[in-house]
Amino acid sequence: MSNVLELQNVSSFYGPIQALRDVSIEVPENEIVTLIGANGAGKSTLMMTIFGQPKAKTGRVLYYGEDITALPAFQIARKGIAQSPEGRRIFPRMSVEENLLMGAQVIGYEDYDANLKKMFALFPRLEERFAQRAGTLSGGEQQMLAIARALMSKPKLLLLDEPSLGLAPLVIKQIFGAIRDLNRETGLTVLLVEQNANQALRLANRAYVLVNGQLTMQGTGAELLAKPEIRAAYLEGGH
Amino acid sequence: MNALLEDLKDAAAAAFFALLVFGPFIGLRLTDNDSGNLGISTRPEGLVLAVIGVFVARLAILAWGRHRPAKLATQMGVQAQKAGKFLAPAVLVFAVLMPLTPGLPNAYIDLGVLIMTYVMLGWGLNIVVGLAGLLDLGYVAFYAVGAYSFALISTTFGLGFWECLPIAGILAAFWGMCLGFPVLRLRGDYLAIVTLAFGEIIRLVITNWVSLTGGPNGLLGMPQPTLFGLKFSMVGGPGTFAGFFGITPAPWQREAFLYYVILLLALLTNWVTMRLRRQPLGRAWEALREDEIACRSLGINVRNTKLTAFAIGAFFGGFAGCFFSARQGFISPDSFTFIESATVLAIVVLGGAGSQFGVVLAACVMIGVPQMLQSLQIYRMLIFGIALVLIMVVRPRGFISTRRPTIALGKAKSIGADLVAQGRG
Repeated sequence: MSNVLELQNVSSFYGPIQALRDVSIEVPENEIVTLIGANGAGKSTLMMTIFGQPKAKTGRVLYYGEDITALPAFQIARKGIAQSPEGRRIFPRMSVEENLLMGAQVIGYEDYDANLKKMFALFPRLEERFAQRAGTLSGGEQQMLAIARALMSKPKLLLLDEPSLGLAPLVIKQIFGAIRDLNRETGLTVLLVEQNANQALRLANRAYVLVNGQLTMQGTGAELLAKPEIRAAYLEGGH
Repeated sequence: MNALLEDLKDAAAAAFFALLVFGPFIGLRLTDNDSGNLGISTRPEGLVLAVIGVFVARLAILAWGRHRPAKLATQMGVQAQKAGKFLAPAVLVFAVLMPLTPGLPNAYIDLGVLIMTYVMLGWGLNIVVGLAGLLDLGYVAFYAVGAYSFALISTTFGLGFWECLPIAGILAAFWGMCLGFPVLRLRGDYLAIVTLAFGEIIRLVITNWVSLTGGPNGLLGMPQPTLFGLKFSMVGGPGTFAGFFGITPAPWQREAFLYYVILLLALLTNWVTMRLRRQPLGRAWEALREDEIACRSLGINVRNTKLTAFAIGAFFGGFAGCFFSARQGFISPDSFTFIESATVLAIVVLGGAGSQFGVVLAACVMIGVPQMLQSLQIYRMLIFGIALVLIMVVRPRGFISTRRPTIALGKAKSIGADLVAQGRG
């Protein structure tokens, strides 16, 4: 089994502040890997470091064994890594359709119609909202759009940064269900960053726990879910 | 009651500042004594009137702001957009037929040429500011490059207007790229400062490079545009427009021809912009305006996208400059000051950044109104200023602030930009 993505001893900085310390993770093909941690643990920094913003100061980021540490962000995207960024970052004044067209731009429009059908099957709401401005969608719909926009480039690896952020439990369930379906049906490899540890760990084949920029624990989703310290820190109380 | 008190406080503050500003301007007056010395007389009644005026106007604005229905502005935007659908073709027909009106004074055609030049500049800048969201305060630089390119190339190599036009455009686009490279990483205010400086640099170089550009004396002797080789001359005879068609030469023929040339160039700008908006490149510009980070993660080459926006915007600025130079027959650095950049930017912003028809409306207001008000003499700029303030109070995001998707299956719904900006939508 080969790794789609591998981080080897990655450290990254925002100016003088170190946000990641010596982080190594593996994302094997066809698996859902999740990274959980509290606010400010460095989860989003890790996502952005994969995209070279900021670039890893030490260590390497490997994509199918190829070193992509030094590549500019847009070229990393062109290699087949798509991202649904933190806060969704859809284009609010453009229509749903234009957002999806932007997602497909990097691979061209040959398979656009077929891809669009797949997205509608995955998120039927997007078809209803197709001509509407993205800024007028509800939070859940915007998240669906952000994921669909990322998927329009037919990626080999999908990075999801807190897709559950600010959404109602029912919508979270729907979105996580869609991610699970995608993974099962198309074998899409997913790296999921989440604060919502309960849902994420249930979904994931493999999980990492990030605390203050350092990995403190790793294992299968079920293993971590059973650990008392995880339950105490991330699952009970408040959730 | 509290609200009223607050309004009164606010209005009093406005009146106080009005007192500070108007005190020396209106309250004091320089007079000539009989002995030929200068004296100062006071004019308290004018000052009091001005301050009271500001106080009342401020109260009125505040009261209106409190009581207007929240959705009114948005409704107006949607209505304006709907009207634009029918209005735009009507305006176009008017623009095409206008110079052919019998008995129309030349001054009107002249004004038409002026407005159309600014419409074209506005459309060119709209690519950079409205679509790509890059605030450019130095657009006049490309206008100047186009104008001087034409002047220098036509007088040095003896080329005509139509041969020089693409060259001027390409040279301007080249300078657009030159500006684009260093400012790629800058955004917002910082970008505005650097582009502002760029505009000044170009103007200062033109002023000081006397051996090439004639410095402050400017350049003259550029050829007029020709219609398929036919010149416009008052003398008539073979090879001229009047001579070829066997009619009496008249000044309006030349004016009308120039008008159609700039109309054609402006429509070309509009057509290219509209086309590009439906292409991946134009879509990438708009996406860039919305969210640069998201663009990067979607594999958009942000650098190239920005550079093309600068280059294509500059290209049309160069066209406009080339036309300006040919029409005037004389150019000097005085025509390319910062106020030109500011005017064009004001047209784009006032029209509602990104809206093509809004630019036309705004150009008519910004250029046409001051000309129309000539008869009001010294009150001209005062009324103009008040009008601009009023427009920005009523429609703070420009005449047409809603954006239509470039493509739509079924019914497109539109909402005002102000709602999106507030994240309510």
